[in-house]
Amino acid sequence: MGRPLQRVRGVKPGYVRRFSPAERLLHWVNAAGFFFLLATGLILYLPRLSMLVSRRQLIQSLHFWAGVGWLGALAVVVLLGGRRLLATARELDTFDSDDLRWLRGRGGPQGRFNAGQKINAVLTAAFTILFGVSGLLLWFGEQDTRYRFASTVVLHDGLMYVSLLLLVGHLYLALIHPATRHALRGMTLGSVDADWAARHHAKWKPE
Amino acid sequence: MDSPTVTEHDPDQPRRYGRRLFLATVAGGLTSLYWGKAAWDHVSGAISPVTSAVLPGGGWRIYTISGNMPVFDPASWRLKIGGLVEQPVSLSYDELRALPHVEQVSTFHCVTGWTVNNVHWGGVRIGDVLDRARPKASGHALRFVSMEVPYVDYLTMPQAALRDVMLAYEMDGKPLPQEHGAPVRLIIPEMYGYKNVKWLQGIDVVPQAVDGYWEDLGYDRNAWVGRSNGYGA
Repeated sequence: MGRPLQRVRGVKPGYVRRFSPAERLLHWVNAAGFFFLLATGLILYLPRLSMLVSRRQLIQSLHFWAGVGWLGALAVVVLLGGRRLLATARELDTFDSDDLRWLRGRGGPQGRFNAGQKINAVLTAAFTILFGVSGLLLWFGEQDTRYRFASTVVLHDGLMYVSLLLLVGHLYLALIHPATRHALRGMTLGSVDADWAARHHAKWKPE
Repeated sequence: MDSPTVTEHDPDQPRRYGRRLFLATVAGGLTSLYWGKAAWDHVSGAISPVTSAVLPGGGWRIYTISGNMPVFDPASWRLKIGGLVEQPVSLSYDELRALPHVEQVSTFHCVTGWTVNNVHWGGVRIGDVLDRARPKASGHALRFVSMEVPYVDYLTMPQAALRDVMLAYEMDGKPLPQEHGAPVRLIIPEMYGYKNVKWLQGIDVVPQAVDGYWEDLGYDRNAWVGRSNGYGA
């Protein structure tokens, strides 16, 4: 990858780096935490699983402390990622007219992130905050009525349902859909095929 | 075209929509602490048959306090009525089911905020069970003892005499499932779920109501729905 490849759209084979180590670490810390919390949360939520496992107090503690650990780990990665992740956040923040066209289904060349990926990332970040707040309120609300809101559980459950929908779409695009599943490589190894990048992310100028 | 306002509305100018979406989502989520349940009740009330079919477990959540969920054995299980009574009584499952059968549809509220609408219960009134043991005049409350040790809770006699308080051994037309407290549980729809003791094995007539398992953990003894545990005024 000595020479810049971005000029050779769809001609020369080769790979370009898409995600930095900090970005990939953030993604996988988030994914690992989410799956563990989903598993323990569903045991608390679904009667069938509650019956199977039965040790509610233990699962509840695991779920809570895993949530605390998840938020803490994410915070550490964000702090360590520093400027690099701040630049990523700026990319995710910014929507140009091509993005808006793309969202209306009329194409429009995309940058390193397409508009759908930006929305998914922004919602995931917002949901993390809301999961954290509602989870802490559920935990402390059991001990003190000042932290008790009738709607906390509605919020926490609602976030779970919407997150599951996003996750199913995300997994479909990352693992199954033929046109997009190549992107998984970018999140595991960091690099993607330059041709693929040129087709799907035409406005992106890889380093 | 050189005025700054025009430049701001240039369609090619990138917009900071990401942070707006982020802030709007967080703000919407946080304010939903005040309107979420009302909105959800409104929606789920309108589509109640749909939600109970779509929501896993019909919207129920199963709470246990110990590692093992009590198992009901029809051969050995007894409901013992004791304490301040003239005649202690021990009822088998068949004897309990032979008492006058009543049915009701009532809504179940958990103190943590979830609700299951229109649950169809079948069982007996507490009075029909107590009559056989003849409580003494000094007994002013009932202690409900679960097979799940150390889960107990109390109701005053007037609370236990409310019209739709029952000992339910059927739910939605079928024998009460294990996770809902088989073979029989207390149902008091006016109070939050933690007063609705599951896996009953005993009812004792006692001088007065004191704190039960959940009250020891900080919940209110009189768990009126919407008027206790920090809810309502």
